[in-house]
Amino acid sequence: MAALAQQSIVEAPQPKTTGYWTGVWRRLRRDPVAIFAGLVILALILMAIFAPYIAPADPYRASSLRRLRPIGTAGYPLGSDELGRDMLSRLIFGARLSLFMGITPVILAFGIGSAIGIFAGYVGGWVNTAIMRTIDVFYAFPSVLLAVALSGALGAGFGNALVSLTVVFVPQIARVAEAVTTQVRSRDYVEAARASGAGGFTIVRVHVLGNVLGPIFVYATSLISVSMILASGLSFLGLGVRPPEPEWGLMLNTLRTAIYVQPWLAALPGVMIFITSIAFNLLADGLRSAMDVKQ
Amino acid sequence: MIPEDRGGPAQPLLTVKGLLKHFPVKKGLFGGASAKVRAVDGIDFEVLKGETLGVVGESGCGKSTTARLLLSLIDPTAGEIVFDGERVGSRALSLKEFRRQCQMVFQDSYSSLNPRLTIEASIAFAPQVHGVPRKEAVGRARDLLARVGLEPRRFAERYPHELSGGQRQRVNIARALALQPRLVILDEAVSALDKSVEAQVLNLLLDLKEEFGLTYIFISHDLNVVRFISDRVMVMYLGKVAEIGGSEEVFERAQHPYTAALLSSMPSLDPDNRTEVAPLAGDPPNPIDPPPGCRFHTRCALVEPVCSAKEPPLAATEGSHRAACLAVQPGSGHSLAPAATSVELAA
Repeated sequence: MAALAQQSIVEAPQPKTTGYWTGVWRRLRRDPVAIFAGLVILALILMAIFAPYIAPADPYRASSLRRLRPIGTAGYPLGSDELGRDMLSRLIFGARLSLFMGITPVILAFGIGSAIGIFAGYVGGWVNTAIMRTIDVFYAFPSVLLAVALSGALGAGFGNALVSLTVVFVPQIARVAEAVTTQVRSRDYVEAARASGAGGFTIVRVHVLGNVLGPIFVYATSLISVSMILASGLSFLGLGVRPPEPEWGLMLNTLRTAIYVQPWLAALPGVMIFITSIAFNLLADGLRSAMDVKQ
Repeated sequence: MIPEDRGGPAQPLLTVKGLLKHFPVKKGLFGGASAKVRAVDGIDFEVLKGETLGVVGESGCGKSTTARLLLSLIDPTAGEIVFDGERVGSRALSLKEFRRQCQMVFQDSYSSLNPRLTIEASIAFAPQVHGVPRKEAVGRARDLLARVGLEPRRFAERYPHELSGGQRQRVNIARALALQPRLVILDEAVSALDKSVEAQVLNLLLDLKEEFGLTYIFISHDLNVVRFISDRVMVMYLGKVAEIGGSEEVFERAQHPYTAALLSSMPSLDPDNRTEVAPLAGDPPNPIDPPPGCRFHTRCALVEPVCSAKEPPLAATEGSHRAACLAVQPGSGHSLAPAATSVELAA
């Protein structure tokens, strides 16, 4: 080893090779669909943040005279709803609650579900079996049913809807996290780390997290659209956001009676939900392929 | 810094006694471990200081399981591992300390490097685990990269997917050496490489062995490579040691019919010395239910009734050369059993 030390190379400027995330960004940039989806999401988020400045009218101001005006009526670019409120303004303001209800449960479930899944996957054995079979009990329920049942049990309301949606997504994310972790755990570099005497916590931090969080994140991104639709469903059933708050799912609910009178108008909140969820799905797809190193 | 030598040169670096690993095979939903795969079924051997012990055998004979058992990557069902006079896991030699002194190079050079870490970070990881400050560990990693023939300035901050297979295997060797181990287990470490790259890596291994005073356990299915690099050879069959001895003795005067068959299966480059008959027919028996007596008797050319009745012990035939075959053990009841010394089976 003494001879080795003498060969020590003096610190020199490194030709910078590409890091992992730089490569992901480079590949993502070449994917026009993902970039477009990302821009749509960005626009929706900006729309939600700056809603008071963009919206032409007060989303709460009703008018019993000007109800259910068709799209393109003067003063109502996208018509008016069953209480004579401006649809465009309500759709813009609706982005706030709808996006929040779509993203928040997924972020919470990402944290909780990843922790459970990675722990179960890394420890393995009967601990894994015990945790994952318990998780499966929740997973066995259809998501909608579970969300409705939990919301119903906790009582209607915004906060309870968030909690029940989080509970719906934790098992799904935990299953993915467990599957990816089990796969990574059997790789030789984890074996090599164990053979070097490293403890479980260090191995998870250095060798497992970096290799599993990516796939879990992609999966979670694809859940945002599901979360939005479920949140809309809860609002539709009266278990989530309550009137008169503008929220796309709730708007879809209250406008359903107008479907024979103004079908296009009644479909507008659904269009927003569709655009948002498909944008998140396409972005998730783009991320998935951009994160594939071997490309 | 040459790691301390406790027991002196005469004491074996590694002594394995009765190492046993049975994997339970689950049957049905509630069926417990009714059957078990006898992956490693009671093996004893020693690795001397500074030597290279080659381990050969067919796929599934327990070579890799043995390697993983030695490093406690899987728990043995039974058996004892003694490293330079101290039992691994005892108070004198903790598992962590043993792992510092005994490292492994895996076959798959890609899956044995974390794709998210630069190669210098991969090499520096193990020393950091053992308390070396980050800066020093990275410096040592760069020295090792230079030593295995990878210019640190060009390679240190690259990621595994930017390297070729041979370069990655050099990184893996550097990673194994980062802890300054005394014993390195090479599990098919060169098997996945091109022949030309394989030769370079083998020469590198020989140089490193001399420079750092290493001891190797070299696991391979490639008999030519094993013969080239090994001082002694251990032949395994179905979880048991069939034969063990000096490299030249085993290759020139094989005692066990299985070794003889393996050797004659080596492709010959001499047209006058062709292999006319397939030396071994069929696959090895199922290790869940190994044949009684000698495990090789189902495929052996010298089989006699006594072979299925009596399990041959691993007995000395000449010097340190030992074989587990009744046909070479005096008084075993086999018609070919010698009255006095050894029988040569290598045709």
